[in-house]
Amino acid sequence: MARLVVLGGGVSGHTAATFAAEWLGSEHEVVVVTPNAKWNWIPSNIWVGVGQMTKEEVTFDLAPVYAKAGIIYHQAKALGIHPEGNETSDKPYVVVESTEAGSAGKIENIEYDYLINATGPKLNFAATPGLGDANGLGEFTVSVCTADHAVHASEELHKCIQTMKAGKRQKFLIGTGHGMCTCQGAAFEYIFNIEHELNKAGVRDMADIKWISNESFLGDFGVGGLHMKAMGFAVSSKIFAESLFAERNVDWIIGAHVNKVEKGKAHYELLDGSMGEEEFDFSMLIPPFAGVGLKAINKAGEDITATVFAPNGFMKVDANYAAGAYENWKASDWPSTYQNPTYGNLFACGIAFAPPHPISKPMSSPNGTPITPTPPRTGMPSGIMGKAVAHSVCDRILKGPDAPLHEASMAHMGAACVASAGKGLFTGTAAAMTIYPVVPDFEKYPGTGRDTEYTFGEIGLAGHWIKHILHHLFIWKAKLKPGWTLIPE
Amino acid sequence: MSKYGEKNIKAYGNNFTTMTPGPVAKFLRTCVIFQFIRFIFINIKMLVVVSKSH
Ligand SMILES: Cc1cc2nc3c(=O)[nH]c(=O)nc-3n(C[C@H](O)[C@H](O)[C@H](O)COP(=O)(O)OP(=O)(O)OC[C@H]3O[C@@H](n4cnc5c(N)ncnc54)[C@H](O)[C@@H]3O)c2cc1C
Repeated sequence: MARLVVLGGGVSGHTAATFAAEWLGSEHEVVVVTPNAKWNWIPSNIWVGVGQMTKEEVTFDLAPVYAKAGIIYHQAKALGIHPEGNETSDKPYVVVESTEAGSAGKIENIEYDYLINATGPKLNFAATPGLGDANGLGEFTVSVCTADHAVHASEELHKCIQTMKAGKRQKFLIGTGHGMCTCQGAAFEYIFNIEHELNKAGVRDMADIKWISNESFLGDFGVGGLHMKAMGFAVSSKIFAESLFAERNVDWIIGAHVNKVEKGKAHYELLDGSMGEEEFDFSMLIPPFAGVGLKAINKAGEDITATVFAPNGFMKVDANYAAGAYENWKASDWPSTYQNPTYGNLFACGIAFAPPHPISKPMSSPNGTPITPTPPRTGMPSGIMGKAVAHSVCDRILKGPDAPLHEASMAHMGAACVASAGKGLFTGTAAAMTIYPVVPDFEKYPGTGRDTEYTFGEIGLAGHWIKHILHHLFIWKAKLKPGWTLIPE
Repeated sequence: MSKYGEKNIKAYGNNFTTMTPGPVAKFLRTCVIFQFIRFIFINIKMLVVVSKSH
């Protein structure tokens, strides 16, 4: 009997664990270690953050789902990996600390034959003074990165709405809280959902709404922007993004590294090296992401974290980390099997793997401050990677240790993204986009780097319907309800 | 309605060089019949990309 341990029960890890349990059957063990008792459909946190959904609608208890799937569930967080075992045993293991009420803090070792690291991001609020600290989100801004954060954001938003109803103007500042952030898409969704809700509440004319982000142009989204076919033209996402911002009367600051947040004020540095500050009454700034801080220890008890993990804490996989300058970047730099180069039974998928470099061209201010979006790893690629990695592990368990690995490179896969711009059965809108491939391949698609036959986008009510249907579909799939394996990632 | 997006343009401001939707484009965004057709079209497009990615 072999044991697969999956660290992280989010989009990527949950996909990997549930498919592995399905494919391996009861002959082998699948263990999930994840600190939360509930699964969260993170994309719908945007709607929680404007009071259009409740926390209960975007989360569900993991324990019964894992019980149904025959998965052994540890409500715990992984602390370290011992890929060579220790002085008394060659068996690799992970050290985990319980987060379950009643046993919180209890340390345990879990042995594995294969390990999938799908621990996602650490929300690194501490990177920007005032945005937060080692304990997480600070007191001056809100966040929609977790369901609890989003509940709090909604409460603060509704206080602002009451203030505006009482006749006082309010300033909204939404975007990224550091020069090295990713996930601009989530902030984009949140700013337009706020704008939509303020309209509904009849207070839009009392609000000044501003976007601030580390993108060098609006519509970069951390993927270097994209060109979409429209009216016979290949049109840059910059035009579409600017158009939406103009239409909804949202001003913007781009190329910005937010370097400090105070009560009601964000300080920033721009790509031209100039400094500025922006006042706000309400602000949601996405934090930068880092790895969750797992340690790696060898048989002799020595710290080999730098061998297994990149300096940003994400796990090294089969990527080319020596690509160097932007001019040398190639689509083939991106990993395809997500296998750790040092330990063949170790994989990382979703946000947890270390990308070889950004997708957007790196930029920095004349002061040397890097202001560049880091590469996004959105839901669909994270799910596809999770499934591919699970497939590889299952093949190696069932067919032998030399079974070929499955591939899922972001340079060969597309992504479908639906960015909400306001919720409502007949009044909602969303930008429905497909991008192919996620990582541009300028050798294969000279010029835009992407296949414009499969890279498209449009905004409208249809996109909103799709977003809402996907909410139910993915929760259905994650709950392993009938037909779940047929729903694509 | 015709000035729906244009009125927000600020001469030589951030948004001076972009495009804004006219009344027809704006109406079609939430026109249920048109959007139902787009719904089918977008779903097909997305399924093609999803199938190319697995
Ligand atoms: C507000 C918001 C909106 C978004 N909207 C969209 C969208 O519309 N479409 C889209 O495609 N993507 C969207 N994304 C991105 C999407 O959520 C991510 O791509 C996806 O969640 C990544 O999956 P993951 O499994 O890598 O990480 P996660 O889903 O974050 O899962 C990581 C898991 O690991 C667990 N973990 C953390 N530390 C440890 C540890 N030490 N040991 C064990 N487990 C640990 C976490 O608790 C979590 O359960 C959005 C993100 C945000 C923040």
